Amino acid sequence: MSWRAHGSRAWLMQRVSAVYLAVYIVMFGLYLLLDAPTSYSAWRTWMGLPFIAVATSIFFAALLMHAWVGLRDVIMDYARPPVIRFILLASVALGLFAMGLWVLRVLMLIPSSLSIVTVASGILPLATLVHPCTA
Amino acid sequence: MNKKNRPIFMNLLQIRMPVVAVLSFAHRVSGVMMCMLIPFLIYLLDLSLRNEQGYAQALDILRHPFVKFMAVLIAWGLAHHMLAGIRFLLIDADIGVERGSARRSAWVINVGGLAVPIIALLVLL
Repeated sequence: MSWRAHGSRAWLMQRVSAVYLAVYIVMFGLYLLLDAPTSYSAWRTWMGLPFIAVATSIFFAALLMHAWVGLRDVIMDYARPPVIRFILLASVALGLFAMGLWVLRVLMLIPSSLSIVTVASGILPLATLVHPCTA
Repeated sequence: MNKKNRPIFMNLLQIRMPVVAVLSFAHRVSGVMMCMLIPFLIYLLDLSLRNEQGYAQALDILRHPFVKFMAVLIAWGLAHHMLAGIRFLLIDADIGVERGSARRSAWVINVGGLAVPIIALLVLL
């Protein structure tokens, strides 16, 4: 399958996204530990800060890409008949893409000065999910 | 021997798994597990940002005993996946590649990954 030809790109992407995910998760954990939101408005305001909103949209983009490469590796290792493998890969790609659109909508609906452009700049890398070769 | 007739031995109970294989397998298991959580994560985020009621509802979900039980499992998955992931990155950078140190770090992470949810549980109780 042609996906194999792009193994090194997936390898690199898995590592770059891993580092970002680790940093974001540690930072978010520290936030919850040290300055947990006490009310709905505090939580919404915090999530609406441009820096946090962009960092969070990049987080979800990195998470979905990381999940795609990881699940792809697992499926390619264990799913034997090519038909089953294809069906699994296609449903995983579709599911992750749908989740990307969902989280994009959630993050864009936070009432704040956030523009479509800022959120899109974080989420846009998701477009690579559409085309498995670039993943 | 053609491809179709290759012998396959996949009895996981009889294959002796070295500690490094256990680490690698647990990395996969925890990864797949967390993938299945992504929709729930997005759902909680969606709910919590919607309005006051949604925020309260999201907190109620997080306080539910079953969710707390799952949180312990997730704590293991996340801790193990991150520690093992950092180990893989270090090995990519040629750190800890030697058989002895690779086995030692695998032991530390397999045990350490289990220790995180246990400590979290003790703190919660």
